[in-house]
Amino acid sequence: MTAATTAIRSLAGNPRYRWLTWFAIALLLLAAPFLIEMTLGRSWVRITDVALLFIMLALGLNIVVGFAGLLDLGYIAFFAVGAYSYALLASPQLGVHWPFLLLLPLGAAVAALFGILLGGPTLRLRGDYLAIVTLGFGEIIRVFLNNLNRPVNITNGPQGITLIDPLQVGGFSLAQSHTVAGLTFSPVHSYYFVFLACAVLSIIISLRLENSRIGRAWVAIRDDELAASAMGINTRNVKLLAFAMGATFGGVAGGLFASFQGFVSPESFHLIDSIMVLCMVVLGGMGNVAGVVLGAVLLTALPEALRYVGPLQQSWFGEVIIDPADLRMLLFGLALVLMMLLRPSGIWPSRRRRVAGPPANDTEVPGVAR
Amino acid sequence: MEIFAQQLVNGLVLGSIYALVALGYTMVYGILGLINFAHGDITMIGALVSLTAVQLLAAAGVPAPAVLVLAGGAAIVVCVALGVSIERIAYRPLRHAPRLAPLITAIGISILLQYSAALIWGKQYIPMPEIVEPTRIVIAGAQLTSLQVTIFLLACAIMAGLLWFIKASRMGRAMRATEQNPAVAGLMGVNTNTVIAFTFVLGSAIGAIAGLMVVLYYGLGHYFMGFMLGLKAFTAAVLGGIGNVAGAVLGGLLLGVIESLASGYIGDLTGGVLGSNYRDIFAFLVLVLVLVLKPSGLMGQHSGDRA
Repeated sequence: MTAATTAIRSLAGNPRYRWLTWFAIALLLLAAPFLIEMTLGRSWVRITDVALLFIMLALGLNIVVGFAGLLDLGYIAFFAVGAYSYALLASPQLGVHWPFLLLLPLGAAVAALFGILLGGPTLRLRGDYLAIVTLGFGEIIRVFLNNLNRPVNITNGPQGITLIDPLQVGGFSLAQSHTVAGLTFSPVHSYYFVFLACAVLSIIISLRLENSRIGRAWVAIRDDELAASAMGINTRNVKLLAFAMGATFGGVAGGLFASFQGFVSPESFHLIDSIMVLCMVVLGGMGNVAGVVLGAVLLTALPEALRYVGPLQQSWFGEVIIDPADLRMLLFGLALVLMMLLRPSGIWPSRRRRVAGPPANDTEVPGVAR
Repeated sequence: MEIFAQQLVNGLVLGSIYALVALGYTMVYGILGLINFAHGDITMIGALVSLTAVQLLAAAGVPAPAVLVLAGGAAIVVCVALGVSIERIAYRPLRHAPRLAPLITAIGISILLQYSAALIWGKQYIPMPEIVEPTRIVIAGAQLTSLQVTIFLLACAIMAGLLWFIKASRMGRAMRATEQNPAVAGLMGVNTNTVIAFTFVLGSAIGAIAGLMVVLYYGLGHYFMGFMLGLKAFTAAVLGGIGNVAGAVLGGLLLGVIESLASGYIGDLTGGVLGSNYRDIFAFLVLVLVLVLKPSGLMGQHSGDRA
């Protein structure tokens, strides 16, 4: 066993065979939905699909929080904007059915526009304000989604929009099962591959951004905004770019979500969901792409695993004392506090990083250890 | 005109509650430069504790004024204990940490408080037993209950007392010194840790009273009620100039009136397109407008990014 692991390790460490590692990972990812279905059942394939969506969301928020150090507490609003743009233009609600390939970039653009509209007035102020304004923004979007059913019915209010077109390109629809080379791809499988492609693309974009000129500018602003602007970085525009870029990821994920679910309602876009995405970023490791992906996968699986806690309590205490959904939120809150106190850079910290921003108190005595 | 007077009066009463909560935000922000996200939820805890106390005491047959005093006292004790421990556990270790860290613990604490309350009190709306028979007063065509008058007067008394305390007392002077420059205040013999802890004591106690007022006014308590209340109170603090105690009072009253008038008239102004179900967005609009036009708020001395 140890001999085998050493062999694998030396093989993986050798640059000549690195492609082998990647090949193995790729193979594993491609086989994953079928493996998961065989071992854990179909419901877990669906959970995997959702996890991939959350990877995209978390990576988008990571650009804003992790790279640029701007705390966005209403990130789910961009997800909502993307989802509703898709839902409105591809459902019987307004009677329009635009093609998917047009709607996805459109949703992304609309979300980015909202990001700029929101960021424009607030980004020139200090970060704390952004946190509150985004918090409010997230709620306001939901208030509108809930109430825009009168006097003209646009969003169908709390009932949400149903019968959204599935992902369809040309005559090829993901809503039906397809059989290719003896393998049957049911919709959850097909969506898995689409989402996987999008998630991998998001990872590549994030990694490339991190080391780009813009990425370095973001990190500079995060670590010391004053110094960054002294180095000639247009801090407002660069921050706005981070905001718009993060929103774009959210918009794309939202469009995919709407086509996957076939149904959207304001209920999916609560503050709690923003907090959950934030937890993924913070727990995984702000600014580290791999850590954020890990955080997204862990935190999508956790609530599903917590479902088993309800019956467990039933058998131990004779009643369900803590609702698993509440338990999840309690754990999230606790995790946020403990992470910041004990391990502020996350489970899988980024190599170059000090959490963010200038020290909390500008009037500190110099020389006091931080 | 009668509607106007009515909405104005309602707005002032509501605004005085906002102002009390805003004081908690503004005092902590002034001294630590931290938005204490958990403050709205401390108010919520105060509200639910006093609600439970009222239910128990009223059932035990205690006379109404004593019930209110005891309930308020219970809420203050619980909230002060919470506020001080939160500062000690979640904020003090991070005082010199980068800015994002205490902000994130504050959100974590806020979630913890909300869902702990959901565990204790459940997720349904809890009705407040009506212990005071409301008497109606009419002033300039506006109907007022004695409860509204009491809330408004009590809030004004607390705010005036606080302003006097900060201006005239020894502790108040230490608070102002710490706000200006904690390091130098420390050198002058001010124990800044005590001052900061005391700020949380004051803020939480006032928040607890505000919580009691909210359940008395609306007659309902809910584990999530601290969220919107906190958001609005924060807006009030920004409107008045965050860090400025008198500004928080002004901002709170103003925001209450704006919200009340706007949600009262929005239906007529837009021909029924938008209704009072949009009332929660006005606070947000005010917040964004203030941040765009005058980030330092109405009474703030600082300008630029410090606001």
